[in-house]
Amino acid sequence: MEWETVIGLEIHCQLATDSKIFSGASTAFGAEPNTQACAVDLALPGTLPVFNDNALKMAVKFGLAIDAQIGKKSVFARKNYFYPDLPKGYQTSQMDDPIVGIGHVDIQLKDGTTKRVGVTRAHLEEDAGKSLHEDYHGMTGIDLNRAGTPLLEIVSEPDMRSAEEAVAYAKKIHSIVTNLGISDGDMSQGSFRCDVNVSLRYKGEEEFGTRTETKNLNSFKFMEDAIKLEVERQMDILEDGGEITQETRLYNGDTKVARSMRSKEEANDYRYFPCPDLLPVMIDDDFIDAIRATLPELPDARHQRFMEQYGLSDYDAGVLSGYSDTAAYFETATEQCDDAKLAANWVMGELSKHLNSNSLEIADSPVSAEQLGQLLARIKDDTINGKAAKQVFEALWKGEGGNGEGAADAIIEAKGLKQVTDSGAIEAMIDEVIAAATPQVEQYKAAEPEKRGKMLGFFMGKVMQASKGTANPGQVNKLLKTKLDALCD
Amino acid sequence: MSLDRSEVEKIAHLARLQINESDIPEYADNLNNILALVDQMQQVDTSAVEPMANPLDAVQRLRPDAVTETDQRENLQANAPATEDGLFLVPKVIE
Repeated sequence: MEWETVIGLEIHCQLATDSKIFSGASTAFGAEPNTQACAVDLALPGTLPVFNDNALKMAVKFGLAIDAQIGKKSVFARKNYFYPDLPKGYQTSQMDDPIVGIGHVDIQLKDGTTKRVGVTRAHLEEDAGKSLHEDYHGMTGIDLNRAGTPLLEIVSEPDMRSAEEAVAYAKKIHSIVTNLGISDGDMSQGSFRCDVNVSLRYKGEEEFGTRTETKNLNSFKFMEDAIKLEVERQMDILEDGGEITQETRLYNGDTKVARSMRSKEEANDYRYFPCPDLLPVMIDDDFIDAIRATLPELPDARHQRFMEQYGLSDYDAGVLSGYSDTAAYFETATEQCDDAKLAANWVMGELSKHLNSNSLEIADSPVSAEQLGQLLARIKDDTINGKAAKQVFEALWKGEGGNGEGAADAIIEAKGLKQVTDSGAIEAMIDEVIAAATPQVEQYKAAEPEKRGKMLGFFMGKVMQASKGTANPGQVNKLLKTKLDALCD
Repeated sequence: MSLDRSEVEKIAHLARLQINESDIPEYADNLNNILALVDQMQQVDTSAVEPMANPLDAVQRLRPDAVTETDQRENLQANAPATEDGLFLVPKVIE
């Protein structure tokens, strides 16, 4: 029998508000401990929560972006548990009436097909503080700066069937929240945290198997690795006739090991009930329509537009449309060189290679979209060839040629990279190469005509070398072939 | 519905309350009286009544998203039993 993997995700997304969900304390990351934890966040007696309107708007924005039902009446509830970094002894969350109801997103799979993944709900809640377990004389240190930061918890249906699908879904949600500007999506700082529910069942079976929840997945790579690891673990147990224990597991991305955190028997009994300190949140169609009017172009729509407007392939359009920074870069570069495919290749190739190896975001690229576009325009108008363009790009990356307009042209001029298209000059170089390579010419003449094409490479290389890479390769190829074939007759 | 000893102990644990063994029967009686009252209330037909999340007939007011609080760490930590490096210190928690 074949096993089927069933995966559902819970994503905790920190909303990019200035102040906390229920207090006027700042949410800025990286402040000194407890300097952004006010009396409300500390749950001092007599304090009361007041709901942040921007957190509400951001949640509604997300709901509209995934085509979800918006809760016109939503209710905050208390989720009760004791932990030192949760000062109130409960987390204010939502239970029966979340702000966002059933919705969906479409994910693109490697085989080119599209799959719809259901979103069960998304609700607003407050984040907890941080516990620091380093040794403080045998005690635990508590920083409550994060306590009260607004979170949107996005719960998916158990619709995913592989680690790849789960990652594609998480990336899609990530690109939606960052495009909407409702979260910075920074996984390393905990702004976008994924918990993964995994279970196995025999293929074709209706009923779900017992699931485990794996937490602490702070990169997409870790998520993929953790799911694969958990699927293998469950498969081993089930094939040995064992049973899966419903439990919470913690994955360590550095050691690539997961361990059990708590099992269901010791699971918390949260005793949810409506929060008496907060009234029901009521919104009407006007409120929702006003937010709808502010929605930016979303990744799916942009994907479609890039295919139609620029004639890009499905894959290229998908890569370039996911994030607004990348999309804007590509569009600006295209505008400069008037060749979308050329711009797409360079953004996804040379530029992204350089960004990755320097761990830079596209917004921080040392080569601006205008500069790249102007460089590409010089390939397009035959001023330089592709090889020289890479040299120019390297120079731009290092900040040569100045930062302003015309940087690419200045570098081409300074390095003498202008392409030689004068056929007289190219022919002269070819003649020299041929004269100096008698043995190779003899081999060429002796070879079967159909094998000669491959032998051309040697001469190509020599001519390009002689021109310091500036000869037009197409022209060299054509002239070289004519000249060598003439010797064969 | 009636609560037994172990359920009383569980409720006390969830609320982090320390209770005397000898008081458990009394707590069980008291809680059972409350449950009996709830049972009685459940006899009322409420099928036509919309559940309410709050007894006040009002809706939540919203606050503009603005930082209005300043750093009061020194004052707020004045009463804390133990602090260090700006952190509150609590008995070791290991999960």
